[in-house]
Parts: sequence; C-alpha cells; structure tokens
Amino acid sequence: METKSIVKNEMPVTILRPATGWGALNFRDLWLYRELIYFLTWRDLKVRYKQTLLGASWAILKPFLTMVVFSIFFGDLANVPSDGMPYPIFSFAALVPWELFSNAISVAGRSLVQNRHMITKIYFPRVILPLSAVLAGVVDFLIAFVILIGMLFYYRIPLTIYALTIPLFLLLALITSIGIGLWLSALNVQYRDIGYVTPFLTQFWLFITPIAYGASMVPEKWQFLYSLNPMTGVVEGFRWALLGTSQGAPGTQLAISFGVAILLLLTGFLYFRRMERTFADMV
Amino acid sequence: MSDLAIRAENIGKRYLLGQNAGAYQTFRDTFQNWLRDPLKKTAEVGEDEAVWALKDVSFEVRQGEVLGIIGRNGAGKSTLLKVLSRVTEPTEGYAEIHGRVGSLLEVGTGFHPELTGRENIYLNGAILGMKRSEIDAKFDEIVDFSEVERFIDTPVKRYSSGMYLRLAFAVAAHLEPEILVVDEVLAVGDAEFQRKCLGKMNDVAQEGRTVLFVSHNMSAIQRLTEETLVIDKGRLLMRAPTAQAVDHYLSQGLSQQGERAWEEEELPKTTAPFFPRAIRVCNGNHEVVDSVRSTDPFTIEVEYDLEQDITGLRVGIYLISTRGEYILTSFDTDAPDRFDTFSVRPAGHYVSRCVIPADYLNEGRFLIGLNASSFRVKRYFHDEQALTFNVDAVGAPGMHWPEPRLGPVRPRLDWEIERE
Repeated sequence: METKSIVKNEMPVTILRPATGWGALNFRDLWLYRELIYFLTWRDLKVRYKQTLLGASWAILKPFLTMVVFSIFFGDLANVPSDGMPYPIFSFAALVPWELFSNAISVAGRSLVQNRHMITKIYFPRVILPLSAVLAGVVDFLIAFVILIGMLFYYRIPLTIYALTIPLFLLLALITSIGIGLWLSALNVQYRDIGYVTPFLTQFWLFITPIAYGASMVPEKWQFLYSLNPMTGVVEGFRWALLGTSQGAPGTQLAISFGVAILLLLTGFLYFRRMERTFADMV
Repeated sequence: MSDLAIRAENIGKRYLLGQNAGAYQTFRDTFQNWLRDPLKKTAEVGEDEAVWALKDVSFEVRQGEVLGIIGRNGAGKSTLLKVLSRVTEPTEGYAEIHGRVGSLLEVGTGFHPELTGRENIYLNGAILGMKRSEIDAKFDEIVDFSEVERFIDTPVKRYSSGMYLRLAFAVAAHLEPEILVVDEVLAVGDAEFQRKCLGKMNDVAQEGRTVLFVSHNMSAIQRLTEETLVIDKGRLLMRAPTAQAVDHYLSQGLSQQGERAWEEEELPKTTAPFFPRAIRVCNGNHEVVDSVRSTDPFTIEVEYDLEQDITGLRVGIYLISTRGEYILTSFDTDAPDRFDTFSVRPAGHYVSRCVIPADYLNEGRFLIGLNASSFRVKRYFHDEQALTFNVDAVGAPGMHWPEPRLGPVRPRLDWEIERE
C-alpha cells in the first residue's frame, strides 16, 4: 500500500490508499521498526536452542559431518583434486559459508507463512521476517567459523593478512541470501509449491557451486557462466582468504558475483514490496 | 481540522471467492486458470467471484473521541480495523491517520511458548511497536498489572490460560499510541479479567487518546463510548450517540437468529414418539431474537410433535452459563395443576412456552438446554447446548458504575438504608 508519512505537529500522518504498480521502497518504516529486527532475530535464536540437547553444537555438526562425508567419497574415493590442499579443509572452508546461505534461504522462504498469525493481526514492515531469519544464521556461521579457524591450526595452514577480507565475502553471502530469501518468501505466500521446491533448489545449488570440488575443474568456456553464481565468489573467496588458493582472488569473477548478488537483492526487494499488500489476505 | 485523528473516505475492501479466495495457489492452479482464460487479468473479476467486505465507509474521528463499532458477525467490523491498522490494504477509498496506531486485534500476538514471560514481554512489546527503552521503563508496571510476578521467568507454555491472557493484555495495555484500536479483546477471559480490561481501557480513554472499540458486549460499548458506528453487510448504517445506536442495533433484530430447529433426520431414533422441532428465544414483541435486555421479560419457546399419546411427559429447559454452571432447571409441568392437567398428553403438535421475568438475568451469554422425559421411565430428548443467547444489561440496576457484576443473576432487590 502506498503510505506517506509526513510529520505534522510531531505526529506522523499516515495515508492509506490502494497502491498501484510498484510499491514505494519505504525505508522510513524499516528504520522506525529497526528494534524489531533485533528482537525477531533474537527470538529465532533463543527458540532454536532452547530444549535442544546439543544446543549450539548443531551449528557445527552439520557442515562438519557433511565435510566428513565429502572427504570420504569425493576426497578419498573419487579422488577429486583440491588445489593442493588437504581435502577436508578444502571442503570445510567452503561448507561453512554455504551452510549460512542454504539455511538462510530455507528459513527465510518459510518465514512469512510460518508467522502468519503476526502478519494477519498487526502491522510491521513484513521484510523484517525474512531479514531476521537470515541474520539469525550469522550467529551459527560465527560458531562454525571458530571451528574452521581451529581446523586451520590443525592442518598447520598459516593465517595471512588476506584472512581480513573474510567480512567482504561474508557480505556477499548475506546479500545473496537476503535476495534469494526475499524472492522465496514472497513467492511462497502465493505459491506453496515453493516450500517443496526449496530443498531441491538448495541441493542443486550445492552441486553447481564448487564446494565438493574446486572451480579450477571447470573448463574455461564455462567460467563466465559459472561466476554468475554469487556463491562461487563466496566459496572460492573463503578459500583464497584462508587457504591461499589462487582461484578466488578478487578480480572480474568476484565483481560479477557481487553484481549478480546486488541484482538479486534489488529485484527481490522490489517484488517483495509489490506483493506485500496481498500478504495478509493470502497467507 | 487540526484535531482530526482519523478520516476515512469511501473505504472499500474486496475479497475474492472460490478457489481464489485469498487462498494460496499452486503453480498448477495458476496454470489451470491461465488455460481457462489466457486473456483474463486478475483485476477483472466477475460479480459472483468477489465479495465486498466493506463498501463506501466514510467517517471522521476527532482526537480524544472514543468510538464504538457494532454489527453482526461478518458485517465487516474486523476488516475495517484491519484496514485502519495497515494489516491489509483497502481495495478502494482513502484514509488519513494522524498519530501512531496501536492495534489490539488479538491478545498475545507473537508470543512464543518456549520463551519466558519476561522474554515475551519484550518480544510482544516490540511487535506492538514499543521501543526497548519504553519496555524497560514500563516493565515493572506490566508485570504488576499481569499478576504473574512469580512466574515471570518460566516459559509461557507452562502458564494457565488465565495467566497467559493477563500477561498478554498487560503488555498491550501499556502501549501509548495516539490511537488505540481494540477488537473484541474482552470476549475472552473471566469476569475478573474483563473488569481489569475495561478499567484499563477506561483509563486510556480518560487520558485523551482516541479509541476505536469493536465489541458485541453492548454494555461495555455503552460504558466506554460516546458515539457508535453500526456496520451491516460491509456498509456504514449509522453513526449516532451510543445509546441510540445500540438501541437500533438490538431492536432491529440485526443480531442473529435466536432459534434452533431440528430436522427429522438429525434426531436419534430413541426420541420417538417425541419429536422436538424448534427452540427459540422471543422478545416482548414475539420476534425471534438472540439478544435480549435484562430489563425486559422474554420467552423461551419449545415446539414439538407427539406421534402418540405420552403419559407423564415433561418438557423443560436448563439455563447454563458459558462456564458450564447450571443456573436453573424448569419443566412445563412443574406447577402442580399443570402436572395434573397434562398427565397424559395426546398426540399432536405442541408449543411449550415460559417467560423469564425482567430484572432476572445478569449480562452475558447463556446456553439453553432442552430435556423431554418421563420421570424414572424414559428420557426422550436431551441436549444441553440447544441454543445460546445474549443478555444485555442496558438499564439494569447498578448500571451507573462501569463494571461487570459477578454472578448469573441480577435482580432488582429492594434495599433499605437506615441511619441509626
């Protein structure tokens, strides 16, 4: 809906009328409700870990166990090359940011439907729901990241100055997660197929991203298409920053990844805002 | 114009019916719809496929006014509140809102059972639009109001429903928006809770905030509001001083059916030869109503057929509160002379009717149960929830104090005050 907030005599005036076309991007509301972002993220985290026996260790177990399985089947048995690095650390460095992304888009995709009781009863910028779903994943990421650093020590791989670029790649992962999350959550309200599509999507995405293998395995002519996947930039970037592999060094590939990610974010946000007016009626 | 709180002009809200009824689609549905009519855009919807939950609703509310909104279930009251609370968008029309809106469309929005009371206060407060600093400042007051201090650090899933409600309302009650919009929050909870809610809402109104209050509880509407809107079938029927609006609503029979009829098929075989046909509540003008005034007598009528003569039959009612307490049992042959006259009832069509006197029942919702039996011989028919009806205590004794009275009866007793 089109809402203009003009501050008149210290009281905000809100105009309600049916919106036409593309909704305005209303950042003002988002700023007003910023504390809610914190609270909903905090809620997701608290609820996730209460009553679970292993608590926070779930954040580590999933990428760790995946790494073990990959190491056995891809590393040892299939003998996939890992750019000169021991396979386990090679795949784990990619799995940690990957977990952030795949969890984020699954949870974000469900966030609107799961919180229908709030959406149908009270107003707040709906974008906060997928946003807080993604942000809750950052905490899990940080825990797994600590383990990743631990593994670096184990394999005696020195940390270089390049490790300081990790936040950049994390940012890329977040932008991609939020972008896809916005698309999926908005689509899911109207088409419940999305709930079924998402696990398949993440599986598929896992294999087209160079996690179990290195991007160096991909032939030259496909490289461009490949770099259109922003997670390629993230994953190889992590490897470059922590392990020193040459593939993920900042360059055109990274620039393309960022470009695609920002495009996903913008289009996702626009679509979300456009569909937002129907959420309470359709969810 | 400077003290305007809300202005609504021709607000309309349309919902789609059928498969598209606000229900989600699957890709298959969309594809099928497209196959059926590739050129049809979503905006072009036929008359049969949509319903206007609201149409041409226009009104203005000044700052500090307390406005009631009444109407049948499904009239569009909640939809109007949803539009004004920005939960849903109007299909047409325009509205201007001056100030922050706090909505109480439901109590406990966002409460999570795994979190403690303390955590839920912060969460719920944030969802309702309070800043963290605001919640911090009012935290003690909120806990105090809710009376769950001992359990404040226990997960809310362990709370009784009463505690849950009190806590949820406590948070909402400490919102300080310029405009407060309340939707029948009083419908839940016991008398004590309702008393507290009403008290708090009264305070809010006294503070000069604008309040929009939707309720089926006519006495609450009377106590809190100065003017009332009557909504019917999505349209604004009238706006009048509350007493007038309530009167119109009640007397025009805008409330729902006060009758329960039985089809032959739904009766078990064991009732024969007794066949209940209908039970109904009628006001003084012989109109079937579902809402009566405590200050007027009203009748309860049972219509039935006997296919054979029955000896010793008695037909009677139970009056039950919504909490399941029996208030009275009364049979049509309770009076000795009736008992003699009707010791054998010949086959035929009957109506047994009784009058509940004025100034007898307290306000609230009551259930009528029906029983037809022969003492120690056979029970022909028994239904403890045959019909419900509302009693409104407009004009009842003690109405000059704005508080709900405990107890199912509210007689006009003769009090003497002596100074010695």
